[in-house]
Amino acid sequence: MTRTHRTAPHTPEGTTAEPAGIDPRGPRVGAGITAALLAVVVLLGPTTPALVLLAVVALSFLPGAVRGPQATWQGWLFRLLVRPRLGSPEHLEDPRPPRFAQLVGLAVTGAGVVLGLAGVLAAVPWAAGIAFLAAALNATVGLCLGCELYLIGRRLRRARA
Amino acid sequence: MSVQWPSLVALVVLTAVVGLVWRGRQGRLRRHDGAAAGDASAVWAADLAALGALPGARATFLQFSAPVCAPCRATARVLGALSAGEPGVAHVEVDVETHLDLALRAGVLRTPTVLVLDAAGAEVARASGAMTPAQARAALAAVTPIDQPSGRNA
Repeated sequence: MTRTHRTAPHTPEGTTAEPAGIDPRGPRVGAGITAALLAVVVLLGPTTPALVLLAVVALSFLPGAVRGPQATWQGWLFRLLVRPRLGSPEHLEDPRPPRFAQLVGLAVTGAGVVLGLAGVLAAVPWAAGIAFLAAALNATVGLCLGCELYLIGRRLRRARA
Repeated sequence: MSVQWPSLVALVVLTAVVGLVWRGRQGRLRRHDGAAAGDASAVWAADLAALGALPGARATFLQFSAPVCAPCRATARVLGALSAGEPGVAHVEVDVETHLDLALRAGVLRTPTVLVLDAAGAEVARASGAMTPAQARAALAAVTPIDQPSGRNA
């Protein structure tokens, strides 16, 4: 038992319950797969094949940004191939933090795709590079984008208001 | 079409450097600047009272958390266990979504950030990023340096 005074529950007001927990290793394995694909985009440089592959990655972020990383094909691969080989996780995790990371990934890769389609192919490897940095850090050292960006975003929104 | 190996190598090196620096800073205790310690902004006793929280007789861990932050949950488990096992130690967790003003006044930029307060509610040190049990014990020792260690190792 822990003794903690919580001024606000982890569940934001208005929602009825915390979403069901997910295996925290799933999003990290998924980020590793995504980082490998983004590395290939960087290798291909400002070309049409790179744009096509970046579009595939951006589309893969879509279900993750809407429902959570367990809804992506990377999450499915984790459950099919990786999880049966691992023990059960120490703790289940809230899917909202990795879902936020998927949303950031969708925004970055989506911007690269839009610019690429508009004829700015040079933006394709740059967007892939930025997304690679975040995905590879998530997979290797467990970087949590929500932890780093959420308060800065709230500060900016406050400053503009 | 030329394969952009130099770009990828540079990117991987950058990722490794950022990752090592980031990991090294996780949960690292930063002492509150002594020169500024006299000002009232570093005393959080009134804010604790406003939150309806009781400060610890020895120390209070004031943790800022966000809903999109997984390490916040892990840090809350670590600090909750420490406060349950140590007399006079309180753990107060604040959601930055509902207490954004307090987070801004405290100069909190990322979550989790833990303010380590003494018995008077004055900030002694702070740490950002996930805290290990060993780091939490070290933070407590920073408030009460003469205290007997409990012997439990993290």
